[in-house]
Amino acid sequence: MQFSASTQPLPKRLLGFFAVLIALTAAVAVVGIILGMFGNFLLNGGTHVTWEFLTEFPRNSNTEGGIWPALAGTTLLVLLMTLLGVPVGTATAIYLTEFAKQDSWFARSVRFAVNTLAGVPSIVFGLFGVGFFIQFMGGSIDAAFGSSSFGDGSLLWSAATLAVLTLPVVIVAVEESLRAVPRDLREASLALGATRLQTIVKVVIPNSVTGILTGSILAVGRGAGEVAAILFVGVTYSSEVLPSAVTEKFMHLGYHLFVLSTQSPDVEKTLPLQFATTLVLLGLTFLLNLTAILIRSRLRKR
Amino acid sequence: MAKDLQTKIQAQGFNFHYGQKQALFDINLSIPERKVTAFIGPSGCGKSTFLRSINRMNDLIEGTRIGGEMVVDGVNVYDKEVDVVTLRRRIGMVFQKSIPFPKSIYENITYGLTLNQSRSKSELDEIVESSLRRSALWDEVKDRLHHSALGMSGGQQQRLCIARAIAINPEILLMDEPCSALDPISTAKVEELIEELKDTYTIVLVTHNMQQAGRVSDFTGFFLMGSLIEFDRTRTIFTSPSKKETEDYITGRFG
Repeated sequence: MQFSASTQPLPKRLLGFFAVLIALTAAVAVVGIILGMFGNFLLNGGTHVTWEFLTEFPRNSNTEGGIWPALAGTTLLVLLMTLLGVPVGTATAIYLTEFAKQDSWFARSVRFAVNTLAGVPSIVFGLFGVGFFIQFMGGSIDAAFGSSSFGDGSLLWSAATLAVLTLPVVIVAVEESLRAVPRDLREASLALGATRLQTIVKVVIPNSVTGILTGSILAVGRGAGEVAAILFVGVTYSSEVLPSAVTEKFMHLGYHLFVLSTQSPDVEKTLPLQFATTLVLLGLTFLLNLTAILIRSRLRKR
Repeated sequence: MAKDLQTKIQAQGFNFHYGQKQALFDINLSIPERKVTAFIGPSGCGKSTFLRSINRMNDLIEGTRIGGEMVVDGVNVYDKEVDVVTLRRRIGMVFQKSIPFPKSIYENITYGLTLNQSRSKSELDEIVESSLRRSALWDEVKDRLHHSALGMSGGQQQRLCIARAIAINPEILLMDEPCSALDPISTAKVEELIEELKDTYTIVLVTHNMQQAGRVSDFTGFFLMGSLIEFDRTRTIFTSPSKKETEDYITGRFG
């Protein structure tokens, strides 16, 4: 049998050619958009990202100076968010994979809740934060202890709101890595007389540490860039000092960008600051995602 | 069964269901103490299910049900009072795939030992050495006890799993096709090991390999489609089985 180069009729080959061309154009466009975006911010803001820019307070109604409080605020926020969210998310994932009967109505409701949570617009989380964390929880704490610092927006309640927002990311990532632990390994542990809990603590979790880490980093990457959710729960547009307690308000890179571009007395003057702030924010999320990808690929190799 | 043998495990009208599907039908048999008992039969005949019912490993699978009794040392292991963790400490298990924990060789052996009690370093060292010697692995690994168990060969890994199981000093050792993933040399080593271990442990072995059952076991049970067709001394099963199905299977006419 002969395999000649032109067994297909011409129209068919043309169609195939155009299909490839369109797919390739789309792929190139995606890369182009990302390169263009980064290039633009790099060209316009790159020279402004100096040590002083990163470590100084803004001056003159945010039209001069650096972004130190916003950078520090964002970092503190995501750290606190991780501390609050990752344990809860990990515990939920462990419940779902290790303890729940897979087709029980409760396990199914939890899964449904997680999926729904992932699709809720972030501004709604912000409103939830005001209602639940600030008014209900903060209000109750203040009423119970006679304090006055919890019933207002703060670093703590923002972190809690973001923790809820990033819960699905953590749960899905951790669940995936828990499921990747072979059943044989669990059975081997149980057959040696380990309890379920011992098996989880000594075999399952050590084997999914990388997954838990990936989940945390993805959550941090998601949380670091989130602005809408924290609008009402503690972010502030200007601060002379860094927050000294979790009950204080804080500055945030994303919100700072919004303030610079819309609330400034002289928007034109702040343009370089905007580009530089964007660059820092992008760099931060990019770095976090890159770390997650690297950890993941190491996990897959094992 | 001969009178001089002590019964260690006894199934009485034992049934097993996976959801709607019945996998074991009214199994009655007595497994003698400190002998090797082999179960043979075609794939899906229920021999592994039966084995895993002895130390209640099937409890882990959702939607399973049992009927009848599985009596070990006079106690039905499915009684409410029976603590399944204690039960499994008395009944060691070796699986088809060798599955060392991704830890060091030393930690693999001590895993079961340190679950419920703390032991001194010297005591652990001693048990690690004796378990590895008993599983004929000591000379091969004594210089790399603290290296990962995953760096061992397949045959070594399976012997490590045996060492890990006997380290907690069980009375019964269940082996679920322990050699099916091993090369002939490793298989011979494991078989040799079974021979040595039967003085101390009651060994129950599931195997696909009839020659293996013939070589290492004292008693053999033949399962077919969830029923125990015949159970007798291995010699009898292989030379003069009383059921036609057994004879057909042994002589290779089906299965």
